[in-house]
Amino acid sequence: MNFSELFKLSGLLGRFSPDGKCLASCIQHRLLVRDASSLQILHLYTCLDQIQYIEWSSDSLFILCAMYKRGVVQVWSLEQPDWHCKIDEGSAGLVASCWSPDGRHILNTTEFHLRITVWSLCTKSVSYIKYPKACQQGVAFTKDGRYMAVVERRDCKDFISIFVCNNWQLLRHFDTESQDLFGIEWAPNGCVLAAWDTCLEYKVLLYSLDGRLLSSYRAYEWPLGVKSIAWSPSSQFLAIGSFDEKVRILNHVTWKKITELDHPATISSKNTIVYKEVEKSPTVDTERLTFPPTRALASSLFSTQSKYEISQVPVSLQYTKPVADRANPKVGVGMLAFSADNCFLATKNDNIPNAVWIWDIRKLKLSVVLEQLSSIQGFQWDPCQPRLAVCTGSSRVYLWSPAGCVVVQVPGEGDFQITSISWHPSGDSMLLLSKENFCVCYLEREEVK
Amino acid sequence: MGDWKAITVPLLSSDSKNIFPYTSERKRSPTSMNSQVLRLSLPSPKNMYSFFGAFCTEENLEQSISYIDRELTTMGFPSIYAESKGKELNLVSIINCMNELLVLQHKNLRAQEEVEMQHLKLGSDMDHLQNCYAKLKEQLELSKREIVGLQERDRQLQSKNRNLHQLLKNEKDEVQKLQNIISSRATQYNHDMKRKEREYNKLKERLHQLVMNKKDKKLAMEVLNYVGRADGKRGAWRTDKTEARNEEEMYKVLLSDYEQRQKQLLLENAELKKILQQMKKDIVSLLPPQKQKPKERSEDGLVLSDQEEDIGELNKENMWELSCETVREQLTNSIRKQWRMLKNHVEKLDNQVSRGHSGAWNEKDVISREAHELETEKLELEIQQCKEMIKTQQQLLQQQLTCDDDTTLLLQDCYLLEERERLQEEWRLFREQKKNFEKERKSFTEAAIRLGLERKAFEEDRGAWLKHQFLSMTADCKPENVTTSAFLRSSDPDIRLVKSASRQRKPPFVLSPAVSPEPCQISQYITHNSVASEKPAADNMPNLWVESDDKEGTEECTKLWEDSGVGTLCRNLHMEQLP
Repeated sequence: MNFSELFKLSGLLGRFSPDGKCLASCIQHRLLVRDASSLQILHLYTCLDQIQYIEWSSDSLFILCAMYKRGVVQVWSLEQPDWHCKIDEGSAGLVASCWSPDGRHILNTTEFHLRITVWSLCTKSVSYIKYPKACQQGVAFTKDGRYMAVVERRDCKDFISIFVCNNWQLLRHFDTESQDLFGIEWAPNGCVLAAWDTCLEYKVLLYSLDGRLLSSYRAYEWPLGVKSIAWSPSSQFLAIGSFDEKVRILNHVTWKKITELDHPATISSKNTIVYKEVEKSPTVDTERLTFPPTRALASSLFSTQSKYEISQVPVSLQYTKPVADRANPKVGVGMLAFSADNCFLATKNDNIPNAVWIWDIRKLKLSVVLEQLSSIQGFQWDPCQPRLAVCTGSSRVYLWSPAGCVVVQVPGEGDFQITSISWHPSGDSMLLLSKENFCVCYLEREEVK
Repeated sequence: MGDWKAITVPLLSSDSKNIFPYTSERKRSPTSMNSQVLRLSLPSPKNMYSFFGAFCTEENLEQSISYIDRELTTMGFPSIYAESKGKELNLVSIINCMNELLVLQHKNLRAQEEVEMQHLKLGSDMDHLQNCYAKLKEQLELSKREIVGLQERDRQLQSKNRNLHQLLKNEKDEVQKLQNIISSRATQYNHDMKRKEREYNKLKERLHQLVMNKKDKKLAMEVLNYVGRADGKRGAWRTDKTEARNEEEMYKVLLSDYEQRQKQLLLENAELKKILQQMKKDIVSLLPPQKQKPKERSEDGLVLSDQEEDIGELNKENMWELSCETVREQLTNSIRKQWRMLKNHVEKLDNQVSRGHSGAWNEKDVISREAHELETEKLELEIQQCKEMIKTQQQLLQQQLTCDDDTTLLLQDCYLLEERERLQEEWRLFREQKKNFEKERKSFTEAAIRLGLERKAFEEDRGAWLKHQFLSMTADCKPENVTTSAFLRSSDPDIRLVKSASRQRKPPFVLSPAVSPEPCQISQYITHNSVASEKPAADNMPNLWVESDDKEGTEECTKLWEDSGVGTLCRNLHMEQLP
């Protein structure tokens, strides 16, 4: 495993291009595009203000830089560095911006969710989508980029509109049986749309592409409900994480629950492997100590290392009691993701913040628990194989695969607190992001096999 | 002792009363007699003598004697006087009487003692009983008190229970009330929310108008030059036509999804059927020896099943291809029957086992044990021999090894060479296979091209025909009617053509050499596999590939394409399911 040097970064804005050739990163109002393998700077663009959001177009030819404070979006081209485009939302303001799947339209959401403006880079046309709803996930594109679903709110009722992306024609418009729709997500096959209600009510609705209600699922009534949702890449399973610390998996034939995955604080099953991260302070030979100490030695003295140890079951995990009188309590399954081959599901229970749970979907059993020293900041699956990268806000990366797991210390001095990870589309490298720096971690193929 | 005295005194006094009338003539006053008698209450030998002495004196000897005589006769003793001589005393009789009296006295004394003892005993018994009584009384009192206490407690508990019930009821009421309050609040809240949202919507609307009406100069896009679309096409106008096309496309997407799913299900079904068939076969092969017996036992039931079986055997091949609905009953019946038979069989076996256990050791067992022993002995001997042989061999080997290492090395080398040769042979075979595959692929692509040409020709033909039809129809029909029918007719083959085209497109993708050699190998292997799996289904066409190689008839090719296309499709589905 090799690491690049640390590069400066602001706002956690570092992205690989979808084709995997380039890497875009931001420093204040500058946008740098590097070669993904050599990390040489290919282009440097200067924006009007501090960049708050960047996104690559699907064909990796354009980059969108949003400056929400100014209500301005700037688009840069990789093919023609002197090409420029600036979209100003004017007094309407700007809160979100994204590409359409064709990479030639930009969807801007104005302040107060007054409308979504669709700007075309091909023609002068501007379209508006009125009444978009302000919710967690109000716009969703199908994976093939053909359709877009938008949640709307009119007359105190929720509606979903489905648009055809290539000419922004309204395909379907229907109201939903929800109190206060919170999010929507397309199945990867683009035929089923999952919509879930606000956390006050446990309700998941499944709509077909043509607007028919396929099924609705409700696990319980009064307590806080759905917290997170994930489709399996094969569209076979829909995993629903909720505030009751459980994940429920629905199947795609009957849309009934297949199983319920519990997240108890003590693990007693013999079939579960619990990897516990333990700190080990480096032992120093007193005879080899020199005065003044060399720099390397000093840094090694002050940086503690850690490794994984297999804990004997039963294991009790560190459990934080949620504060009862706070809104959005830190309890329940808030993060969940399927591996690319559908075989594993990684989850995080927010009131056991140091543990990642990895479930074997073929057996529908808990397979592995990774217990870290500090709370999990994020995890992401390798897009090509069952391999999970985890970060905990320390300068270490944790990798798990069915063969085992490792702790990797990012070399270098200084504090490098990794808070976000993103994989290269090929799965050969990953981007490690901290608040101020980033570096690229290259994984050798041989090591994996 | 006190009691004894108290009782004896009145006895004597009654005695003295009895005596009293006879002694009234005596000079002594009755009081003195009484005092004498009373003195008897404290008996002492000296006093006794003086007492007797006092009873009889010289003067009243006669009287005393007669008195005693009278007394004695009344008590049943013989008279102390001699019968014949009048006043003569019969000394013998006196002595006898005396003796009698003494004996009597002794007896009385003993009796008295006994009585006294008994009395004592009874007294102590009485005491004991009285004690017991007292104790029991105490106990009774105690338990009575306890009962009262318990009753009191019971009452208290009951009242407490009542209170708790009341409390529970109150709480329930409270809960109900709170629930009502919550629901009312919720409705109120929802109502308020709605009102607020409406207001907010109004505000939004107004804001929107304001923002839009201001003719915001800032609201604009500056762009150097417009770029082309990613797909190179120009933006289409929105018309009814595009709308219809969109709808169509959507339904196509949905349809393909459903088709795919149906195929998956079909595959799954087929697999399950296969398993079921195999299981059935296994069960049937397991059961025959048991079948005869139940047949004899319950004939009517099994005759029926036999008939069924015949039917089943007649169209066993077809049965599995039928949809489930038609054969379901038959299938379930046969399975149930077989299952029952299996169960019977297992039960019987179980019974046999238990009988074998309970029925001690029958002869068979004993014999087998002896045989076992013999066998083990034999085997041990054999082992010994083998061990010896191994030892000698090892020794020999050692010797050989020590004498020449080079030869062994050579030997090893030769093994390796052999292996290499074999591998190369395999490699060659493999390459040949690959070449074959390549050739086949080429032929397929050619066939596809030819098919495309044919299709074109066909389309032209159809166009001409349609035109002709149209022209001929316009002559006698209304134009609207015709157009719709033509449309309908034309749309149908269109779909079919698209489908077939997609089907044709798919396999080359699977076999395309663009992918790295590794997946290519896999795909080849899989296609080969799929063909192999299809062999039995495809009416015994073992050399499907070779055949197509020799003749390159389009017809066979297309057929083959369809076959292999389906195969690869199925395989694709299967692959997706595998993970």
